[in-house]
Amino acid sequence: MEWTAPVEAHAGKVRELTIGYEEKVSKVGGESILPLHFFDEGFSPNPPRFALEVWDTEPEGWAEWVLEPFGDAVRDPVEWGRKCVDFGADLVCLKLVSSDPAGKDASPDEAASLTRRVVEAIAVPLIVYGSGDEKKDAQVLPRVAEVCQGLNLLLGPLVKENHEEIGRAALLHGHSLIAQSPLDINLMKELNVGLCKFAPPERIVIDPLSSPLGYGMEYTFTIMERTKQAGVISKDAMTQMPIIADLGTECWKTKEARASKEQGLAWEGITALSLLLAGANILVLRHPETLRALKELIS
Amino acid sequence: MPIKGTDVAKKLPQRKGCKDCGFPTCFAFAMKLASGGATVDKCPYLSEEIRAELEDALAPPIKLVTVGSGEGALKIGNEEVIYRHEKTFAHAPGIAVLISDKEDEGGVEDKIAKMKELQFERVGLTLRADLFALKFQSGEKAKYEALVKKVCDAGDAGIILISEDLGALFAARDICAGRNPLLYPITKDNLEQAIPLIKQSPTPVGVKAESVEALIPLTSRLKEEGIEELVLDPGSGNFLEVLRDQTLIRRAALKQNFRPLGYPTIVFPCFLAGDGLEEILTASMCVIKFAGIIVLSDLKKDSLLPLLVQRLNIYTDPRMPLAIEQGVYEVGQPKDEAPVLVTSNWSLTYFLVSSATEESKVHAFVCVKDTEGLGVVTGWGAGKFSGDSVGAFIKKSGIEERVKHRKLVIPGKVARIKGELEEALPGWEIVVGPREAGELPGFLPALARSLTGG
Ligand code: SF4
Repeated sequence: MEWTAPVEAHAGKVRELTIGYEEKVSKVGGESILPLHFFDEGFSPNPPRFALEVWDTEPEGWAEWVLEPFGDAVRDPVEWGRKCVDFGADLVCLKLVSSDPAGKDASPDEAASLTRRVVEAIAVPLIVYGSGDEKKDAQVLPRVAEVCQGLNLLLGPLVKENHEEIGRAALLHGHSLIAQSPLDINLMKELNVGLCKFAPPERIVIDPLSSPLGYGMEYTFTIMERTKQAGVISKDAMTQMPIIADLGTECWKTKEARASKEQGLAWEGITALSLLLAGANILVLRHPETLRALKELIS
Repeated sequence: MPIKGTDVAKKLPQRKGCKDCGFPTCFAFAMKLASGGATVDKCPYLSEEIRAELEDALAPPIKLVTVGSGEGALKIGNEEVIYRHEKTFAHAPGIAVLISDKEDEGGVEDKIAKMKELQFERVGLTLRADLFALKFQSGEKAKYEALVKKVCDAGDAGIILISEDLGALFAARDICAGRNPLLYPITKDNLEQAIPLIKQSPTPVGVKAESVEALIPLTSRLKEEGIEELVLDPGSGNFLEVLRDQTLIRRAALKQNFRPLGYPTIVFPCFLAGDGLEEILTASMCVIKFAGIIVLSDLKKDSLLPLLVQRLNIYTDPRMPLAIEQGVYEVGQPKDEAPVLVTSNWSLTYFLVSSATEESKVHAFVCVKDTEGLGVVTGWGAGKFSGDSVGAFIKKSGIEERVKHRKLVIPGKVARIKGELEEALPGWEIVVGPREAGELPGFLPALARSLTGG
């Protein structure tokens, strides 16, 4: 019986975005196919990028099998970042945990100078996440942007309440933005519309919030899958930004990941691979072994 | 859907006032047929030819295949969509464990035991693996048959028989034909020889070829012989090929309505992947990307649970709301001295709080306040988790009648509502809990002890 393989071609394309400066750059997005659908017609200039997270302060209460690969480096973000690069991370994701007003409440200046030290010391581009406190982030991230002028960080999270303050400062100093919305495709588009009033869309990455396996991963999965399809198939301009899945932190909070090393790696790995298949262009992980296995598989 | 109701109607006899099928008109019957709510045999006035034609046209685009029998029967196929946001995926893939007849006694016993023991309770369901895949490798048929018998006797899990040697394959089939095993692999080289043997005692058949396209003549030939309980293996050689082949088969069945590929599939991460983590990750890709059966090299507690949870997540109804109903929820069997916590009605927040409470081994009341599905911090920002509104909710929730103490735990991330809440709830002491649900096990037991006066 005659059969023609149902190969598809789509009209839309994800915007391509560059993170980093000089020779330390990484490009993300740019694809006109669905994730890993290399058999379809179209292009995918950049593979999914994997980042490892680094905290600005020594983490407490982490499972030993998460700390073990980094050894003493977890006390020094610069050393920690270098280790991530040794482990093959395409990017490092610095989390400014200590700026959280409910925690150490570190000042914007402290956060900014630390970020500068890290970005200069490591050989790959840097993603920076604030504490998630929308008011404090609006003080911290603009300062980070200023001190790291021209180093083209990927900076966030920008949420509905603070996107203007952080967004304008970040753009002024030559950075790209992470637009974060709570698991809702309409809120995501609204935020992007708001940002695009002053920001070029090719400077935005979408973060729809990543829930871990067993705790709502399927919601993130489906939001990402729909976002990618709206962008690539339906050419919806407000969903054609690359997607970031910041999942390591959430995965390792679960009791299952903390129960044993093998289960933890599978928990993080399955969450990451599921979100990659749904459409994530950047995946932020915590454990280098997860990173290695994922890279190996999709290469 | 394969065929429209109006097209079905054209094929029906159009007898006026007949109603023998139980429908007022042929047209009404046709509509019901097309939507899958009736079967063709209800109309007694169809020629054999028309009836066969209609049955074929109305068959679901991916055949529903059953492997195994009784309690252990696994149904796969009959999927209607490619992406889960279109409609709930219908039949979750079966997870199988490979046992070779070359493995030593201890290894075999161990796998059989793990199939039984590794069952996990989650959200009121029991999660477990489904099938044994028994591979003839020793060259000694007696050994293989002994393995098949042993596994049959051990329980009702489904069985896949794997043997390149047709003699061994069908001898094993004869031992367990009543268990409706899947026979694998039927290939272009053994097809004609196998057909009469399959027909002697029909059970499902795993068809293997070196590509998706090469499956077509094989399934077409089997269908001619009336053998239609088929499971496809396009021989994918690595992770990306599995993704490609599974996607092409699913599209062929659903978008092209191409019958020769309209069957569920089987994938073997056990033969594809490097180490244990890569194997389980490959399997997790197969869960999302359309596999009907996924064969693993072993069942390990720490990697099986994540895979089964993922299968559960992916196969849930995608329209499940992100908000749960406002009210007082019980974790365990809380009595009148149990801790009382309040949180928002975003279901993810609730899952985290209730599972961490469970982990604390403390029976407690979790009061879930309607925040229109927002988390506590965002809910507070939107004025839906303010001290006043939480206070009003607690008052009318009825919790005051269910506990004799007056201590309410609020999430640490909204510690700022404490003062306002104390004013809104006179007589209550507001306790600021941990910032993360994950820290509850370090917090709740002490609180519970203080409430019981212990
Ligand atoms: S039994 Fe057949 S002929 Fe009679 S009404 Fe039903 S479909 Fe029409």
